[in-house]
Amino acid sequence: MNAIVEAAPRAPAVRYRTGELHEFDAAGQNFVYLVAAGAIFMLDEGAYAVIRRLDDGALEHHQLVAALMENGYSHEDAMDLIRELLAVQGIVTDQRDMAASGPVSPPADFPLQALVLNITNQCNLACTYCYEFGSDKIATPHGKQKFMTLETAKMSVDFLLAQSPGRKAVHITFFGGETLMNFRLLRDVVFHASEQAAAHGKAITFSLTTNATLLTDEIIAFLSEHEIGVTVSMDGPPDLQDRHRVYKNGKGSYDVIEPRLRKLIAAHRTRAITARVTLSDGVTDVRRIYHHLKDELGFHEVGFAPVTNSGKQDYAINAVDMDEVLRAFNELANEWLEDALQGKTHGFSNVSETIGELFRGVNKSHPCGAGLGLLGVSASGDLSPCHRFTDADTHTLGNVRNGIDAARRVDFLARGHVGTKYDCQSCWARPLCAGGCHHEAFVRYGDTGHANLHYCDWIREWTDTCLRIYGVLAVKNPEFLDRFAVRKGLS
Amino acid sequence: MKHLKPVNQKARRIDDLTSSTDEDFVALQHTPPRPHVPMGCTLAFSPGWEVDAGGGTAGLCQPVERDIYDCYVTCFWPVQVADHVNYSPDWASNCASATKDWRNLDIVFP
Repeated sequence: MNAIVEAAPRAPAVRYRTGELHEFDAAGQNFVYLVAAGAIFMLDEGAYAVIRRLDDGALEHHQLVAALMENGYSHEDAMDLIRELLAVQGIVTDQRDMAASGPVSPPADFPLQALVLNITNQCNLACTYCYEFGSDKIATPHGKQKFMTLETAKMSVDFLLAQSPGRKAVHITFFGGETLMNFRLLRDVVFHASEQAAAHGKAITFSLTTNATLLTDEIIAFLSEHEIGVTVSMDGPPDLQDRHRVYKNGKGSYDVIEPRLRKLIAAHRTRAITARVTLSDGVTDVRRIYHHLKDELGFHEVGFAPVTNSGKQDYAINAVDMDEVLRAFNELANEWLEDALQGKTHGFSNVSETIGELFRGVNKSHPCGAGLGLLGVSASGDLSPCHRFTDADTHTLGNVRNGIDAARRVDFLARGHVGTKYDCQSCWARPLCAGGCHHEAFVRYGDTGHANLHYCDWIREWTDTCLRIYGVLAVKNPEFLDRFAVRKGLS
Repeated sequence: MKHLKPVNQKARRIDDLTSSTDEDFVALQHTPPRPHVPMGCTLAFSPGWEVDAGGGTAGLCQPVERDIYDCYVTCFWPVQVADHVNYSPDWASNCASATKDWRNLDIVFP
């Protein structure tokens, strides 16, 4: 009888290559940031040697083992090294399908966590770079309500509580225009929302953003009593503040806000008081701004972001100045690290935010919570992905009266998913950046789903800086990092 | 792990996961085997015994319940389904949407 005996097909030789990772060193140690997961591992000499061995291209299993044994590692050590690095995907093979990795989309019924109530779209200042009123604005407020009514605000609160099943705590941010131009409503909402939240068995917290021009003793007392977090939009010492943050007649606002800020910081002790600085043409002296706001005025935290613009505005920062900003960021980051090594908290919040994300090992499907856990509400009750899209007809996601427009929300989130951004697929910083701000992308490229390519290099350099800081702390003061285990308060 | 030290929360989760499995390096070289999926009607460009990438039926292009019509109406799969042409033309009349109403499809008593 004839039998056909098939020879077993020869399995193709397994070849190892480096996985998708970003290497960095800190405090004399080597680290890898694993992009598919957002994980950070410290390497010993052996693991480092494996990755160096693969610098010149893929190696077959026996070649890699031989190379390691030549370097003095036992066969057992070599196998352990390969096994560990394979397990975390620090090294990969062609026979292992990695296509399935990458953040999946959040569920369609993702519960709301926060609303940003645009309680007025009116402002008493006329900051030249404003994304709500300036040349690049996308808002179309003509003919719409200017001040939110209590009825709309109450509906928003009910909407938030109804749309946040399973959450123990929710948050309301008051925004504008200038928020304090509608302080009476703000106060009523705080009372109403606290009552309703308690009835639903949820905790609720509040915060507001203001230009500080309208702060009074009564307002400050109210904010402190109700533990309302305060973010002040301001740009620094008088010469920088008054460059863009002006009244409609062109008069600067520093002299008006300075005494009010001192009172606010002295009297409001229940929440951190944060300054949010917009960097723009001529306003790039980050260290001077920081020390003025932190040391002279007494802010607890200071955060910086370059002005959003279409690239055509004269208030945009040019490339040379952006390099200067990054250099200054790095200097301030070093100060942050020195303080952290002594167990002290530094107020440069750009570092704190990133370190917090690195500590958790976030791997974002979307750059932020806009349209997911967070929505903006305009004075008329229209919903938008966040406060930056308030009153922009192009981005309305429904109304608090009849709920979220599911189809438009799905479209917004599908566009914004990092997996759809071609340019991000080869970038190691994508777990944290995910393509950057939806609003900035729309202003710059006309599509919320476009990667913000104009600041990619910047983001990578900054992320690398923060990774190095993280590494130093992981070696020298790991207890300090554990502070980031507590989820940041909802302020 | 001996050679890699996890230094953030995500890395620690990966460490826990890998220490709880005993996969050796050969297993780690290859994609783990996927669940066996019968070929079924998919060759006829109709979602028959089809499953999605996870081996489930939740992510198909047509609801899985709709398959019944490929047996009942177009009749290319010889199974025990009522005969649309001769004896039971009204069998599916209570089933406007297969996904929702499939429970209305009853046994035929000749």
